This record gives sequence, structure tokens and C-alpha cells, in this order.
Amino acid sequence: MTGHTVAICRYGAGNVRSVELALARLGAELVDDVEGADLAILPGVGSARSAMEGLKERGTDVVLRERHAAGKPILGICLGLQLALDESEEDGGVPGLGLVPGRAVRLHSERVPRIGWAQVEPVGSDLLGQSLFRSEPTGVSDLGLRRGGEAFWFAHSYAAETEATVATSEGVSAIVEHGSFTGVQFHPEKSGAAGARFLERCLSRA
Amino acid sequence: MPLPRLIPCLDVAAGRVVKGIKFQGLRDVGDPVELGAAYSDAGADELVFLDISATVDAGLSAVDVAARVAEQVTIPFTFGGGIRTLDDATAVLEAGADKISVNSAALARPELIEELARVLGSQAVVVAIDTEDGRVRSHAATRDAVRDTLEWARECEQRGAGELLVTSIDRDGTQNGYDLELLARLRDAVSLPVIASGGAGNAQHIAAALEVSQAALLASILHERPARLVTLREELRDLGVNLRDAA
Repeated sequence: MTGHTVAICRYGAGNVRSVELALARLGAELVDDVEGADLAILPGVGSARSAMEGLKERGTDVVLRERHAAGKPILGICLGLQLALDESEEDGGVPGLGLVPGRAVRLHSERVPRIGWAQVEPVGSDLLGQSLFRSEPTGVSDLGLRRGGEAFWFAHSYAAETEATVATSEGVSAIVEHGSFTGVQFHPEKSGAAGARFLERCLSRA
Repeated sequence: MPLPRLIPCLDVAAGRVVKGIKFQGLRDVGDPVELGAAYSDAGADELVFLDISATVDAGLSAVDVAARVAEQVTIPFTFGGGIRTLDDATAVLEAGADKISVNSAALARPELIEELARVLGSQAVVVAIDTEDGRVRSHAATRDAVRDTLEWARECEQRGAGELLVTSIDRDGTQNGYDLELLARLRDAVSLPVIASGGAGNAQHIAAALEVSQAALLASILHERPARLVTLREELRDLGVNLRDAA
């Protein structure tokens, strides 16, 4: 996996260290250049409003939009996925980056926040051949997204509502793909061996 | 609902894992990073590190421990003990922890829960509640907090807590089983995930707790032996508990 450069967006919204460590374990070269890296990662936990403010203050919103328009891979994690949508209904409505059509909505699960390991399965069998990493027809299994569902770790109160959903977990959007943007609601950097396999696949595609 | 979770708890003092019964008579039982990594390999779903020296003697290096754990452990972990401010909590999360846990500081100043939740998100804010006879105790369970347990649980939820870690003091370390009655009342009182703590002695106890709670904290039952977690997981599977496939 060496040779891939990865830039993790730093904008004052959490869990950067864990993402860094996970990628370093996979042999990725961490760089600061969000525009030029092979893969840009938008991590994030916390509130959508302050996160968007953090992105704007640093001009990262513009860089990410340009990167997406240029077809360069971006991986959004958790809040990073939700920020890529048109808007979030958190805090009475927060405009997002608009990289992916859709919105983040409050969960109606039995227990909120929804915390823990839950299985992730591709949407519809017909999508198996083309989802996640469309360049590779067997993408889903390559990602460690085994049929029957492999568990990843979630910790969230909002989730994406979007047609770009390619995998779900208990009816909740778990993975979205739109153009060069891939977003995961779970935390691959905290999902043990399954998460490492997922990140490795994201890297090798970049 | 996400899968039921098994969460080994490591009590930490001065950077070492320590062990005691009913918060008394502590002894050194190992390194938090080594033990945490071993539990992770044994199939733990998350880990909890509680610095039990912190409330009594604030001289901890929680950030150092959290940073060392994050380097070696690839499952989520919570860090608690001695966190009194948003800055304390932020430092621990930036070091790589996923959640922080507050106890006495939240009892002393409940607004702290709101401050933490607003900035860090509810999912990162665990409130630990030590309880005995339906009442909350504070300062490592040495003081009466003069609060009803269910009322405090509801208040924590209203203020933005993301999870409750509820320890039955009179069960802690006894291995006589969780306080299922209390856990059932908590389930009905709040819609937050609840981590049950105190009293696990065998797989049946844990299975019963997981019927009413979302996670079980495991402390003395493991005896700092990760191999015990492996056999417990097998026993729980045999009892029909749907645990994660950690391979």
C-alpha cells in the first residue's frame, strides 16, 4: 500500500488521530495537501454547524468541492459523510458541502445515539456488481463487505437520506457513493480488522 | 439495534491497571496498553479505562494513556476519571479516545454534560452513574450525591448525554449477578444506550443483563485474563446471544 498519499482534513472536528494511526498502519504516506493527495479523508465527529464553520474558515470546503469536481477520491467518515450532503437537519438546518444529493436526518432508532457494532450490507443484489468501487466488479467482497453482513462500529444520532446509498445497516444508510466521493457512516478506523480491510481497499483504489 | 457489546473495564491509577473490590484495596495488575490490546484480540467490542485515582488525587496523565492505547488498539475506547472540563475531554479525544466518561464532575455541575455534548457530540459523552439502593453516589462511590438514580439518568439524557454507564456499587466485584431490576427500570426511564456494570459472575448473568441493556461492562469476572473473554464469548453464543464476529 505504500506510495499512496493521503491528506486528512483538519478542521477542528475530532477523531483525526485515530484515522491517522489507522492509515499509518496500512503504510499510507500522510500529507497536508488536500488538493493533491491521492486520497483525501474528511473525518469528523460532533456538531454539523461547528464542523462546517471549521471547514469554511480554513477554505477546505472550496478545496473539497474542486477535488470532487475533478473526480479525485474523497472518503468521508461519519460526520464527514453527513457534511458532504446538501444539508443536515441538525440545529434547525445546516447547509452542507453539496457533493452528494441528499440530507442528514435525525435517527428514529429505538436507542439514540445509535452506538455499537452493526452489520453492513449492500443495497439490492443487482448493485453487488457495480457498487463501491465500480471500476472493480467484485468490489463489495473486496472491501470486506461480505454477504450476510460484516459488522462495523457506529456512533451517531443522524444519518444520510440519499439515493446515493449503496449499503445499509439496519435500514440506516451506511455507505454512500457519488462520483469520486465515498462516505461511510461507521468508523472504519475503529472497526478492528474489518475496518482495516475497508480502508486498505479505499487506499488501493485511490 | 446494534449488536450487544461486551466491554472489559480497566481501572487505572498512575498509569497502571489496578484492581480492587468495592473500590477498596487496590493492587497493580498490569499495563493498560498491553491488557487493552489483549482484550481487543480476544474479541472485546469496546474498552473502558477508568482512572480511579483521579477524583481523589488529580495527578493523572489520562492523555498519555489514551494516546498509547490508541496506537495499539483498533476498537473504540472510553476514557473516564478526572475529566472536569471541556478542555480535559477534548484533550483525551484528540489523543484517540472515542468517548469520555464523566461522573462526579457532572454531579457537581450538571451543565458540564451540555457543554461536552454541544461541542463533542452526544455520542462521545458517557455519564457514569454509581448507584446503591436507588441513590447516586459520587467521588468513587465514597459520598452520597443526594440524588435519585432514575431521576439523574433522565436529567443526563435531557442534558445531552449519549450513553449511561451504570454501576451497582453493592454488586461491584461480588460476581453475584447484575442488578436486573434497576437495569429494567433504566431501560424504561431513558432511550439512551445503557452499559450495565457490577456483578457479572458468569455467562448467564451477562446474557440476562444484555436482555435489558445494550452493553455489559466486564471487570472482576475477567481477572485480567483475556483468555476468559474468549470462553465467555463462546458461552454467551451458546446461550443465544448474538455477538459480533470479531475475526
